[in-house]
Amino acid sequence: MVEMNMAKAINLALHEAMERDDRVVVMGEDVGPDEGVFRVTEGLWSKFGEKRVIDTPLAESGIVGTAIGMALYGMRPVCEIQFSGFDYYSFHQLECHASRFRNRTRGRLSVPMVMRAPYGGGIRAIEHHSESREAIYAHTPGLKVVIPSGPRNARALLHSAIQDADPVIYYEPKAVYRLFREDVPEKMETLPIGQAQVVRKGKDITLVSYGASLRPTLEAAEILEEDDGVKAEVIDLLTISPLDGATIVDSVRKTGRAVVVHEGPRTCGLAAEIIARINEKVLLYLEAPVKRVTGYDVPIPYFSKEQAYLPDADKVLSACRETLSF
Amino acid sequence: MPRKPIELPRIELLSILDENAELDKALEPKIDPAGLKEMYRFMLLGRRADERMLLLQRQGRMGTFPQASGHEAISMGSVYTITKDDWHVPAYRELAGMLYRGWTLEQMFLYWNGFEEGARVPDGVNDLPVCVPIASQLLHATGIGMAMRIKNEKKVVMTYFGDGAASEGDTHEALNFASVFQAPVVFICLNNQYAISVPLSKQMRCETIAQRAIGYGIPGIRVDGNDVLAVYAAAKEAVERARNGGGPTLIECLTYRITPHTTADDPKRYRSDEECQLWMKRDPLLRFAKYLEKKGVLSEKERNEMEAELDATIKSAVQNAEQMAKSEELANPLNMFDYLYNDIPQSLQEQKDELAQHLAKKKSKSKVHVNPQKQPANVLPRA
Repeated sequence: MVEMNMAKAINLALHEAMERDDRVVVMGEDVGPDEGVFRVTEGLWSKFGEKRVIDTPLAESGIVGTAIGMALYGMRPVCEIQFSGFDYYSFHQLECHASRFRNRTRGRLSVPMVMRAPYGGGIRAIEHHSESREAIYAHTPGLKVVIPSGPRNARALLHSAIQDADPVIYYEPKAVYRLFREDVPEKMETLPIGQAQVVRKGKDITLVSYGASLRPTLEAAEILEEDDGVKAEVIDLLTISPLDGATIVDSVRKTGRAVVVHEGPRTCGLAAEIIARINEKVLLYLEAPVKRVTGYDVPIPYFSKEQAYLPDADKVLSACRETLSF
Repeated sequence: MPRKPIELPRIELLSILDENAELDKALEPKIDPAGLKEMYRFMLLGRRADERMLLLQRQGRMGTFPQASGHEAISMGSVYTITKDDWHVPAYRELAGMLYRGWTLEQMFLYWNGFEEGARVPDGVNDLPVCVPIASQLLHATGIGMAMRIKNEKKVVMTYFGDGAASEGDTHEALNFASVFQAPVVFICLNNQYAISVPLSKQMRCETIAQRAIGYGIPGIRVDGNDVLAVYAAAKEAVERARNGGGPTLIECLTYRITPHTTADDPKRYRSDEECQLWMKRDPLLRFAKYLEKKGVLSEKERNEMEAELDATIKSAVQNAEQMAKSEELANPLNMFDYLYNDIPQSLQEQKDELAQHLAKKKSKSKVHVNPQKQPANVLPRA
């Protein structure tokens, strides 16, 4: 076991993936000698050279579009979009092509690529550097969307994403990059895409979250136990598409209460889908309406006010207490 | 320091066989008679299939499709310069070239008639399928070329876009990436002077599309796009350069869209018939036929026999495609779920089951919308 932060763990996964499979190439803006603006590609360029660690021109559609071509040709490109706030430039390549090649060619061609991007708020970044728009990708058939929440699962999930036969959006909650350190095993490991984890066992209420919002959710769960004597079960989704509905539904069947937490905007956000699934499968087990703690339907404010926008433990606690006392 | 001009490359125009089938002997490419005949054969096959599809569309037996007639010299002249190991990344008017590469007529008919099976690249064919979102395919071509460079392979990618596509950002990004990484890609622009209704003059204010190559630091040339020999000569040079590590080339092929944009378009709204008639006379097939006749490669009689034979092939392909469309494999709506992911996710399987149940119910009862607990209202709907 080696203790490291999430940025280092993602970097470790890239090193390991490039070592074990020479089809893996890393491409993006400033991923070469600069080693990425968050230093996630540290050491790659000097170890693997410019043929496999490609500093591209500044053009997101170009990065994703050429990565699609490479993947169609049998490579395993891992492209980095410097900030998720700029991946709309490349969205049409993902929507029109990466997500569709397998389907439209009836399985003859496929696009095994990963698009990594740091996303989300909380680091006092400038405008367009703090968005949380993962729902757009979850709404796009043919893509998989993976969101780690800490060092160990980040490394394992990135391996799974790179090995996956289909295109994977790998969104990195940038507020978590250097938030905490965790033991990461020496031996390479993977985690199944499409499978959530129950990260805290409980019987009274189910809390569902992912990415950076998992921290305040866990914090709220601790306080609930200490102050209210309530045992909250916490689910870390890890993959938001395809969504692991079964894990959520099984938990809610047991607890009868749920709160969903994410920082993306509320309308048509992941919580909306999760609550719909709960209603479809276990409505009659519910003791209270399912609540959601989310970002608001406004662009994330400039950083002077971003903390008010983001879910925090207090917001989660209030929602839980309302749900518990319904 | 004084101001002084910066020296830049000049852009050439290449024409070998003019509209009267007059040949520039010095520029005539060396293609053996069998090759010439084969090129003509696929140009004619593309033309006749396109015309047949139009009739089928008018009869309601084919969906809306973009006609390819008039673009055969561009498609065949270029595709004939690459090998099976090279890659072909079409837009959507490369019917002749796709048939040459190994796509079947049946697939073309199925594709434009609403069946994904038409986009299934045949085994052993290094092509991407037809690409509808304008210019987006160019980045895939560049990516494939970049991968070829990474693997140290001496292969080439041939890709296509229109004059309208030249305005898209992806065209810029694809040309720039190809240039920066010296990807072995030949970019063929079908400049047919119209993006649906918008003429080239409203698309750009520069003289040629070819001159944009200067901006990317790559070779560029304009050729007569109705002259299959000129397209071939320019493409061959570009392919050789790309194969030997010389990077990408932009070839602008000047032509005219003698047909509507698609079967749903009415060009009378935006251009004159005279303009179209003028270009009809420059038909790439007519002049190539004259050249072949003069050269003693293909007589009028042989040409007519070829046409009759191709028409028979097309006729039976239409029948085959219509039969295939009715087959269980192709007609089953449930197959919409089967190819999205390598493994179908649980939630998608549930949606598939839901549709399967619905279809089964629909099959057993003709009126699924009737609430079974309610007596059917004894009232006829008002006409």
